[in-house]
Amino acid sequence: MTRAFLLAAAVLLPASLLAVLIALAFGSVAIAPGDLLAVMLGEGSRLHDTLVLELRLPRALAAFAAGGLLGLAGALMQVLLRNPLADPYVLGLSGGASVGALLAMLAGLSMFSVSLAAFAGALLSTVIVFGLAHGTGSWTPTRLLLTGVVVAAGWGAMISFLLAVSPTAELPGMLYWLMGDVSHARNPYPAWILLVLVVFLALPLGRTLNVLARGPMQAAALGVAVRPVEWSIYVAAALITATAVMQVGAVGFVGLIVPHMLRLVFGNDQRVILPASALGGGILLTLADTLARTMIAPEQLPVGVITAMLGVPVFLFLLYRSR
Amino acid sequence: MAPSSPTAPAHSRPHEAPGLGARSVHQKPGPDTLLATRDLVIDIPGRAPGAPLELTVDPGQCWGILGPNGAGKSTLLQTLAGLRTARAGTIEVRGQAITRLPRAELARRIGLVFQTHHDGFPATVLETALIGRHPYLRPWDIETSEDYARARAALAEMDLSDLEHRMVDTLSGGERQRLAIATVLTQDPSLLLLDEPTSQLDLHHQVAVLNRVQGIVAQAHRAAVLVLHDVNLAARYCDHLLLLFPDGQACWGPTATMLVPSALERLYNQRLSVGEVDGLPVFLPRNE
Repeated sequence: MTRAFLLAAAVLLPASLLAVLIALAFGSVAIAPGDLLAVMLGEGSRLHDTLVLELRLPRALAAFAAGGLLGLAGALMQVLLRNPLADPYVLGLSGGASVGALLAMLAGLSMFSVSLAAFAGALLSTVIVFGLAHGTGSWTPTRLLLTGVVVAAGWGAMISFLLAVSPTAELPGMLYWLMGDVSHARNPYPAWILLVLVVFLALPLGRTLNVLARGPMQAAALGVAVRPVEWSIYVAAALITATAVMQVGAVGFVGLIVPHMLRLVFGNDQRVILPASALGGGILLTLADTLARTMIAPEQLPVGVITAMLGVPVFLFLLYRSR
Repeated sequence: MAPSSPTAPAHSRPHEAPGLGARSVHQKPGPDTLLATRDLVIDIPGRAPGAPLELTVDPGQCWGILGPNGAGKSTLLQTLAGLRTARAGTIEVRGQAITRLPRAELARRIGLVFQTHHDGFPATVLETALIGRHPYLRPWDIETSEDYARARAALAEMDLSDLEHRMVDTLSGGERQRLAIATVLTQDPSLLLLDEPTSQLDLHHQVAVLNRVQGIVAQAHRAAVLVLHDVNLAARYCDHLLLLFPDGQACWGPTATMLVPSALERLYNQRLSVGEVDGLPVFLPRNE
């Protein structure tokens, strides 16, 4: 376990730094490494200073934090459901957030209120999906996935309805939000605080989660207080998903791809996978957002398009391989 | 209450051995008693309550639970491990009510091997045996080399050393079952509860596992309760038996007083032939 942990740290920490540097260097105008260094040392030109420190850095940090939260949320939900297909997007949580955000936009509220409405929508959706699927006993993975898929379809219908009745002028903004968009995320710090907090709370729980992955009865027989642990994961996953969605909109599949890839490399120890998923999710979304900014520059793509292009094949592959 | 007769062991008169008419002395829980139940009625949803159980498991004892499918053997075992709430009655672990013991503390005293095993995510054989150390570690602790040594020793005892790095989902049914037993050996509780531990094992490993259980029970302050389907293995390895009848009746006592052919025939609703091999009774189903 120690070896896997150190290996993950040795690979992912430098990679995180590199991802942020790439996000700072690329965009509608590429900045040479020398100029980037000059900006870091406070000796850059005025144009470069504005570009890097005021535009790209907050955006890169917001993308990293949101990606980290989504990766962590996916990893937590997968342990909770004992199913590698669990993901906030697949389980319909992002759909609830989208409906909340669209309603706020339709009401002409500020961007801040739109974010709050998205947060509320994601929480509401979590309560609906996990509440209905809980039933009497523990969460059964199949029932939860089915509930999530059906609730997601319901949100999808509501999204279509809202788009159909919205004034044409509102549509581009709405569509961007729906496909996931980092461009309006400006204050990344609350998300960062939450990310660091949850990683540090999850680390000592890691071995307990390893045991919980063997099933609730086996875990209880090995001394795990199953109910309290399951509820804590549930609340943490709901909270961090809602925060991430509030920042970047309905970005899908980060929570699905990242933990899966990391498991292939570092094994299944949650003490490694949880922090690694936070870093991996951050790296993925930061790079995806950089691609979104540069592919058809000066125009921007919604970042959700890029994560979905990666996520859909991975999801189908996982589904195909699972028995 | 009707007196016990060879064909109908008296329900809720457990200490009356079936068919012998002799009363074995009802065991009172002593200071060393590992587990004692008082008027315990297990909870099987949709079923009328069975006879209340008054069991006392003392160090050095190996109990066998016999009964037909659906009699509540697994439910009883899980209730004794504190994983299910009983419909009525109490369970005491070394004199303390089971409901008042913290989970981790309970897991250091009682270990349970389930009949079926769920392995959510891929894991290796060694990692699986190692989770037996969980009840002994605090949240920030990382498994020490001693924990690894215990897990490896348990794997060696179950003939699994060569498979240490294999993924669990590639194991055969019998290998998976031996791994579950290795995990509980790593857990090293005072009271072992094993749910059909030999159901998927070949003859050699059946005997090896039960010999190991016997060896553990011979140590100080250890005992075991086994759910078995093989009456002959139970006759050979268990010193006490609990018979759970399909109608909810139950009787229990020392093995010698419980192995009454008529009672076993009623237990399984199956005619039996009785023989003797190596001084032990042997029961075989009779086909007619």
